[in-house]
Amino acid sequence: MRLLIGLLLSFVVAAGIGLGSTWYALTQNLSFGALELGAWRGFPRNGTVAIDPYARAVIARNGELPVGSGDGVAFTAAADDDGRPLDGRCDVVVRGTTPPARYFTLTLYTPSGGLVANSLGRHGFTSQELLRDASGEFEITVSPRARPGNWLPTGGVDRYILMFRFYDTSLGIATRAGREAPMPAIRLTRTCQ
Amino acid sequence: MIRWLLWIVAGLVLGGLVHLGSIMALPHAASRDAYARLASLVPVNGFALLPAPTPEAAILPFMDPAFAVAACRYDLAKGPLKLTVPVSQAYTSVTFYTRHDVAYYAINDRAAGKRSIELDLMTTKQREDLPDDEEVTAADRLIVESPTLTGLIVARAFAAEPSLLSAAMATLRAAQCKPQ
Repeated sequence: MRLLIGLLLSFVVAAGIGLGSTWYALTQNLSFGALELGAWRGFPRNGTVAIDPYARAVIARNGELPVGSGDGVAFTAAADDDGRPLDGRCDVVVRGTTPPARYFTLTLYTPSGGLVANSLGRHGFTSQELLRDASGEFEITVSPRARPGNWLPTGGVDRYILMFRFYDTSLGIATRAGREAPMPAIRLTRTCQ
Repeated sequence: MIRWLLWIVAGLVLGGLVHLGSIMALPHAASRDAYARLASLVPVNGFALLPAPTPEAAILPFMDPAFAVAACRYDLAKGPLKLTVPVSQAYTSVTFYTRHDVAYYAINDRAAGKRSIELDLMTTKQREDLPDDEEVTAADRLIVESPTLTGLIVARAFAAEPSLLSAAMATLRAAQCKPQ
């Protein structure tokens, strides 16, 4: 009898701990080997056969297709440089330069990967569309209301993420954070709707 | 008391195994992965253009709206495939995914050159079975080995601005993946 209760206790603990931690890992997007550049996080390994099992599980569950490493690298940001979550009711300024790549795109998504409806029908910028200053830097204002210059509308959603994708780039698994990979700064301003 | 503690410790160890096992099994058990989502739209050994993502509907999450995308579900059971993807004005890439969505090979128009990306897709076994005397074909044709019998080929053509998207889609309409 004692043996049976003991076994049962073991199994309950195993199921609870095992499946609970799996669920946690999947919902928290727990992945290893991130390349962190400021507020941006990229997973160059996800586009190769060396993808880690956690990233594989998350990708299969979400139904995404990762960018292949011979194609490009993706970076996402869900918070500004000070760690404050990106809020679609506030003005966020993305300013700076990007690592070398033949083309890049910047896209605004809901946390689950959908596009956000807005009056302009604009969901991002390509490297060809951005207006730059004399030094080659660009400034994008991510805001619910129209702004001069590069305006990326948020549609007023409360949470969103920004995704940079660099195509045909030397960025990859061997890249170290620093001068070879400059990424734009993300700054949340006080202007909120 | 000690006895119960031991049972709990055994449970924790078993829990660790359950965790690792479920993480490893998930890509094979996921019923709504990218391959499954595309299955209704994309033919076997043929390309289909994917609808551009909109705020209301997108066939896959995190699609890049600046790209026209065409996908082919391949099946190498009956033999190797010949792949031809015309190169668009700006940037074109082809990425190969296994049945369980691992990107195992990607190539872009610069690496491929010419006016189209052309290559042969086959399993390791099929490559070994190739006759040795065909050195000429081996030299000018790129061969990609698929680790799985089935999978996805995804061709992407870049539109630098929204008005160029229809041209990028038109380019991909001529993409082909068919048995040799």
